[in-house]
Amino acid sequence: MKTVYVDNNATTKVAPEVLEEMLPYFSELYGNPSSMHFFGGQVGRKVNEARDKVADFLETEPSEIVFTSCGTESDNAAILGTLDSYPEKRHFIISRVEHPAVGNVCTYLSRKGYQITELSVDREGRLDLDELKESITEDTALVSIMYANNETGVIFPIEEIGEIVKSKGIPFHTDAVQAAGKIPLNMKKSTIDMLSISGHKLHAPKGIGILYIRKGTRFSPFMIGGHQEKGRRGGTENVPYIIGLGKACELAKKHLEEENTKVKALRDYLEQKILEKIPNTLVNGERVHRLPNTLSVSFEYVEGESILLMLSDLGICASSGSACTSGSLEPSHVLRAMGVPFTAAHGSIRFSLSIYNTKEEMHYIIEHLPPIIQRLRDISPFWKDYLKAQGKR
Amino acid sequence: MWEYTEKVKDHFINPRNVGEIENPDGAGEVGSLACGDALRLTFKLDENQRIKDVKFKTFGCASAIASSSALTELIKGRTLEEAEKMSNQDIANYLGGLPEEKMHCSVMGREALQAAIANYRGQKVTKEEFEVVCKCFGVTDKEIERAIRENDLKTVEQVTYYTKAGGGCAQCHPKIEAIIEKVRKEMEKEAPPAKPARKRLTNIQKIKLIEETLGREIIPALKADGGDLELIDIDGNKVYVALRGKCSFCPSSGFTLKQYIEAKLKEFVSDDIEVEEVRP
Repeated sequence: MKTVYVDNNATTKVAPEVLEEMLPYFSELYGNPSSMHFFGGQVGRKVNEARDKVADFLETEPSEIVFTSCGTESDNAAILGTLDSYPEKRHFIISRVEHPAVGNVCTYLSRKGYQITELSVDREGRLDLDELKESITEDTALVSIMYANNETGVIFPIEEIGEIVKSKGIPFHTDAVQAAGKIPLNMKKSTIDMLSISGHKLHAPKGIGILYIRKGTRFSPFMIGGHQEKGRRGGTENVPYIIGLGKACELAKKHLEEENTKVKALRDYLEQKILEKIPNTLVNGERVHRLPNTLSVSFEYVEGESILLMLSDLGICASSGSACTSGSLEPSHVLRAMGVPFTAAHGSIRFSLSIYNTKEEMHYIIEHLPPIIQRLRDISPFWKDYLKAQGKR
Repeated sequence: MWEYTEKVKDHFINPRNVGEIENPDGAGEVGSLACGDALRLTFKLDENQRIKDVKFKTFGCASAIASSSALTELIKGRTLEEAEKMSNQDIANYLGGLPEEKMHCSVMGREALQAAIANYRGQKVTKEEFEVVCKCFGVTDKEIERAIRENDLKTVEQVTYYTKAGGGCAQCHPKIEAIIEKVRKEMEKEAPPAKPARKRLTNIQKIKLIEETLGREIIPALKADGGDLELIDIDGNKVYVALRGKCSFCPSSGFTLKQYIEAKLKEFVSDDIEVEEVRP
C-alpha cells in the first residue's frame, strides 16, 4: 500500500541531507564540544556552525540562539524563565488557541495563584487586538501568543501584537513551531523577544528545539546545570541533532519560496476540489492569513476518527480535531474557541503538506475522500434528517 | 492510534444492519451531535415476539459504529426479554474487547436498545427520579450508578470512559466521586448475595436436574429458532454442550451460550454451573 503523508504539522520526514550531515557525529566524531582536546574541539566548531545556520535562518545573531530538547521545552523555558525574572508580577496573557505546551503551563501557573488572561478568537480564528490592549496591566509579566495555529494554520499579526506589547515594556514570546520554515522570520526587524521552534516540524529529527532570546531580555534558565548555551540551558549539547537542525534551517531558508508557491498551490488545489466534490463542507479559519501548507476542513454530520481510519486504510495519513482521536471527549479547544458548530466540529480533518508532497498524491486523496464521506453519511442518522429538512428527497 | 481488535475493524469497515426500518415496532435514539456520538435503533418483531429485523444508524467514531453493528447482530432473533438482559460488556466481548476509553460506545448500544424496547412497550422513557450530574454530556446519576454496578467501576476516570460523564469541564468530578462511594458501599452490602442456600445435590441428582432443565427450559426455545443442543458431558460444575442446527453457525451463539443456557442452568440447578461449547 502506498503512503500519502499529509500530516506534516504533526511531524515531518527527516530530510536525507539532514540525516547524512548527522551520521558521523554518533560513533565517529563523538567528542564533547566543551572538551579542551582536539577531539571535542572539532565537534564544538561544528555546533557553532549549526548555530550560525540557525541565526542566518532567523536573520539574527548566533549568540541569541539557545538549543533545547523540543518545542515544548522552549515554550516552558520562555514562560517559566520570564516568570522567574519578574517575581513581583503575577499576570500572563495568552490566547485561547495556544498549543498545550503554552496553554497547560498557564493552567499549571493559575493553580499556583497566577492570573491568566486568555484572549478570544472570532469564528475565523482571528484575535481582537483591542482585547489585548485592554488586558495588559501593570502586573503583566509576559504576553505569549502563537505565530500560527497548528490546527487551522491561521497566522496572527505578530508584529502588530509585538508593538502593542513592547509599547508597554512587557516581554513578548511567540510559539513559532508551525510558522518556522513556512513564512519568513526576521528577528532583526521584529518586536519578538523570545521565539520557540521545534526541529521535527521542519525536517530535522524529533528531540531538538530552539529558543531564540533577544539580547537584553531578562531570562532565568529553566534547565539548571552546566555552563552550556552561555548558562541559559544546562545539559551536554545534543550534538548530532543540533548539527541536523542547523542543516534543516539552511534547507528551510532555501525552500521557503517553494513552500509559498508549490506547496501552497497543492494545498489550494486540494481545498478547491474537496469543496467542489463534497457538499456540506467548510474550511476552518480564515483563508487569507494562513500557512501555505495547512487545510482544516469540516465535514458535517460525520465524525473525524471514522474518516481518519478509513483514510488510513487507504494509506492516507491526516489528523483530526475530533474528540475521539485524542482520547478526550470534546472536540479540539481551537475549534471550540472559534465557535465552530457541533455539526461540523466533530468532523474536522487537517491536511498539512510539505515540499515532499506531489500533485499525484492530491489526486489520490480527491479520488478517495468523497466516497468515504458519503459512506459515513449514509450510516449517520443526522445526514438523512438534514436532507429531509432540506427537502432534497 | 487506538488499538482496535480485528473484529472492531471488521464491523467498522463492513457494518451489519445499517439503515432504518420503516414503521418499526420499536425505535430508540441516544446521544446527540453535540456529544460526538449518537445511535438510532429500529426493530421489528415476528409472530413469536422475536426480533426479526433490526437496523441502526450511527454518528460517531469507529468503535461507536462497530458497537452498533455488534449490538444488532447480538439481538437479532432474540425475544425482548432475552435482549434486555444484555449488558454493555456483552457488546464489548462480542467485539473481542474495546479500549477502556471507548467503553462508552458499548454503553451507548445498550442504552439505545433499552430506549427502543421501552418505545415498543409504549413506556415513556421514564427517567424516574434523576439528576443530571454531568452537564457537558447530559449524563444522569442513574446512568452513572448503573454503569458502576454493571462494570464494577472504581474511579472517576473509569466512569468517564464508560459514560462520558466528567469528560468535559470536570466540575462534576466531586459528585461522581460521591456516587462511586455510595454505590460501592451498597454493592459491598449486597455481596455476598443473600440467597437461600440450595440443598447440596448429589452427582446423580445434579445430572438429572441438568437434563431436565435442558429438556424443559432450553432446547424447546432453541428449536423454535431452528437450532438445537446436545448434552455431551458433565464434569463437576462444567457442562459441555454442542450447538446444532442453526445455532451451530449463528454469530450470536456465544451470547446464547452464556446469557441464555448458562443463566437458565444457574437458575434451576446451581450457581456455579459453567457451560462450555464443544465444537466438532
